Amino acid sequence: MPGRWRGPAVALGFLLPALVFLGVWIVYPAIRTIIRSFYDRDGTKFIWIDNYKSIFSTPTITTAIKNNAIWVLVVPAMVTAIGLVFAVLTERVSWRLAFRTVVFMPMAVSLFAAGVIWRIMDQQDPTRGALNAGLQVVHDEFSPPGNLQGASPSETTLTGSAKTGFVLKTPLKPGGVALLGLTGIAPEAVPKGAQQAAAPTPSSNQIGGVVWRDFKPGGGTPGKVESGELGLPGVSVSLKDANGNGAGSATSGPNGAFNFDGVKPGDYHVEIGAANFRAPFAGVSWLGTKLITPSLIIAYIWVWAGFAMVVIAAGLAAIPRDTLEAARTDGATEMQVFRRVTVPLLAPVLTVVFITMLINVLKVFDIVLAVAPGSSQASANVIALAMWRTAFGGVNDFGVGSAIAVFLFVLVLPILLLNVRRFKREA
Amino acid sequence: MTAVAADAVVLRPPDTVASRILRIVAKAPVHLVLVFIGVLWLVPTLGLLATSLLAPSSFNSFGWWKILSKPSLATWKNYHDIFQNGPITHSLSTTAQIAIGGTVLPILVAALAAYALAWLEFPGRDWLFIAVIAMLVVPLQMALIPIFSIYNKLGIFDTVLSLVLFHTAFGLPFAIFLLRNFFVGIPRDILESARIDGSSEARIFLRLILPLGLPAIASLAIFQFLWTWNDLIVALTFGRTTQPITVAIFSQLGEFGSNIEIIAPAAFVSLAIPLAVFFAFQRYFVQGLLAGSVK
Repeated sequence: MPGRWRGPAVALGFLLPALVFLGVWIVYPAIRTIIRSFYDRDGTKFIWIDNYKSIFSTPTITTAIKNNAIWVLVVPAMVTAIGLVFAVLTERVSWRLAFRTVVFMPMAVSLFAAGVIWRIMDQQDPTRGALNAGLQVVHDEFSPPGNLQGASPSETTLTGSAKTGFVLKTPLKPGGVALLGLTGIAPEAVPKGAQQAAAPTPSSNQIGGVVWRDFKPGGGTPGKVESGELGLPGVSVSLKDANGNGAGSATSGPNGAFNFDGVKPGDYHVEIGAANFRAPFAGVSWLGTKLITPSLIIAYIWVWAGFAMVVIAAGLAAIPRDTLEAARTDGATEMQVFRRVTVPLLAPVLTVVFITMLINVLKVFDIVLAVAPGSSQASANVIALAMWRTAFGGVNDFGVGSAIAVFLFVLVLPILLLNVRRFKREA
Repeated sequence: MTAVAADAVVLRPPDTVASRILRIVAKAPVHLVLVFIGVLWLVPTLGLLATSLLAPSSFNSFGWWKILSKPSLATWKNYHDIFQNGPITHSLSTTAQIAIGGTVLPILVAALAAYALAWLEFPGRDWLFIAVIAMLVVPLQMALIPIFSIYNKLGIFDTVLSLVLFHTAFGLPFAIFLLRNFFVGIPRDILESARIDGSSEARIFLRLILPLGLPAIASLAIFQFLWTWNDLIVALTFGRTTQPITVAIFSQLGEFGSNIEIIAPAAFVSLAIPLAVFFAFQRYFVQGLLAGSVK
C-alpha cells in the first residue's frame, strides 16, 4: 500500500462500522422519508405537496401542532427557570446532594413509567388521586362541604335552590315560628346526635323555628313536626328583614330548634344558607379533555427539572467566587448579585438547557401515550404522536406520516444549524 | 501557645454561636422550602410503589396513601402474580436483551469511529464530525417508515436484533460526539510515544484509548442502557410479539382501572432497574450529562 494512503485506509477501517450504521439507518431513511412525503399513501403516485396540505387540514394533526406550540412556549422556559431556582437555592445548603438526588431521580425513569405514575396521581376522585386529595384539604379549609347535601324542601313554602339557599316565603313577625321541613336526606346522612324534632316557643322579641327531617317511615304529613321525625342539628340559618338585610343568624340544636334574639317589630324571612347544601369537592378533572395538556406538562417538568438543575448547578460552581464576593463587597444585595452577575455569567449554560429542552419537547411522545386516557388522547395529541398514529397506529398512511416527520425535522433544523455553527466556532 | 488558645476561646465563642444561630434562623425558610419541594418530588414515585402494593379491591376504594392504615392494606400478591405472569416476565427478559445489546454495540462502534475522528489523519475529518453533530438532533421519526419497510423485506421485523440495530444507529451520534471529545483530551505524548515504539493503531486503540477512555465509556454505557431500557416508540413500531416491558404495560393501559394490579407493579419493576443503575453510577451519569448536554 502506498504510504500516502495508509493513514486514510486505517481510518476508514475504524470508521466503517459507524458509517454503515449512520448511512443505512439515518441518512438513507431520512432521504427516503423526504421523497416518500411527496407520494400518496400507496407510494405509487407523485402528488407533490398534497400530503403537506393535509397536515394542516386534518383536525387531529392541527390539534397536535397547536398543543406542541404550547409545549414549546411553556416547557423550556419553565424547566430552565425551575432548574435555576433549585440550583441557586441548594448552592449553600449542606444537604444539597440529597435534595438534588431526589429531584434528579425521575430522569432515570422512562417517560412512559413517569406517565403511569402521573396517571395514578391525576385521578379525579379525591379519595384516590393524590393531587385532588391535596386540593381537597385546601378547598375544605375555605369552603367546607355542607351536611345537608341533596336535601330539598318538603313543602313549597320554602323556595330557592341548593345553590342559593332556601327562603321561607311566609313572612314572620317577632314571636313567630318558622317550620323548615326538609326531605331527601338518607338516614345515614342525618347529622350525628340528632334528636326528636321540636319547635321552640319564642318570646315576643324572638323569632324561633325548627329545621327537621320532615319524613318518617310511612311518610308522615309534610309540614308538620311529628313524633319519629328527627331534628337537623348544626344547620346555619339566617334572618332577613323586609329589605333583605341580615338581621341575625343562628345554628340549630340537637332537636333542630333555633331562636333569633332581640328581633325588632316588622316582617322577616328565615333562610337556610347555601353553605349547608354545598356539595363536597369533586376533584379537578386533570385527565379530561380540557386540562390534559397542562397535566402532561406538569408530569414532564417533574421529570426534566432535575436535568436543568444539575447542569445549571455545575455552571454555578464554575463561576469564580471572587466575582460574586466583589459584587457583594461593593454593596450589591443578594437579588442584585443574582440578576446582574450570576444570571449573565450563566447565560451560556442556560442557553444549552433551554435548547436541549426545546428539542426534547418537539419530540415528546411517550408521556402522552401513558398519561392521557383514551377519551383525551385526541385532545392531548402532539406532532411526534400524530406522525406515529398516521403511519402505524391505525391510519397507516405512509405518505402523510412521512410529511409529518419532515415537518418535525424542519422544526429542529434551526437547532441543528445552531449546533453546527457553535462547533465550527469552537473548532 | 496555651495563652493564645485561651484567648481565642474567650474571644470567639459568643460571636460564632450567636452568628451561627442567626445564620440558621435566617436560612430556615430556604430549608423549609427545599424540604417541601423534595417531598413534592418524591411523592409521585412513592405513590406508584404504594399503589403497586394495593389489592385491586382496595385500589377502587382507598387512596394509596392509606396503605399504612391499620390493618395494613399492603400485599405482595401483585408482585407474586406478575412474576408468575408469562408475558410480563418474558417482556422483562426481552427488555434486558435489547438494553444490553443496545448498549454494547453502539459503544464498540462509536469508540472506533471516535478514535479515528480524534487521532487519525484523513481528508474530510472535520466535515464528518460536523455531520455527526448534525445527526444528534435528527428525530428518529425520519427513519421509522423506511426502516419499517426494510425490516419487512429483510424478514427481521419483530426481532430483538432489529431493535438493537436501530438503537445502535440512533445512539451513535451522541456516543461518537461524547467519546471523540473525551479522546481528544488524551495527552498527545502518550499516543506519539506508542506510535514511535511501532504500535499499530489497533493496538493503541485497545491498549491505550479504551482504558484511558473508561470514564467516558462508563457515562455513555449508563446513558445508552437507560435510553434503550426506557424506549417505547422504537419497540412499539418494530415489535409485535417482541415486547419490552414498556410496550407490555402500554398494552394494558386501555383498561387502566381494572388492570392496575398488573400495571402498577410492572411499572415499578420497569423503573426499579434504571433507578438501581442510576444510584449505583450517579457520578458517571452526571458527568455524561454535563459532557453531552447538546443532544
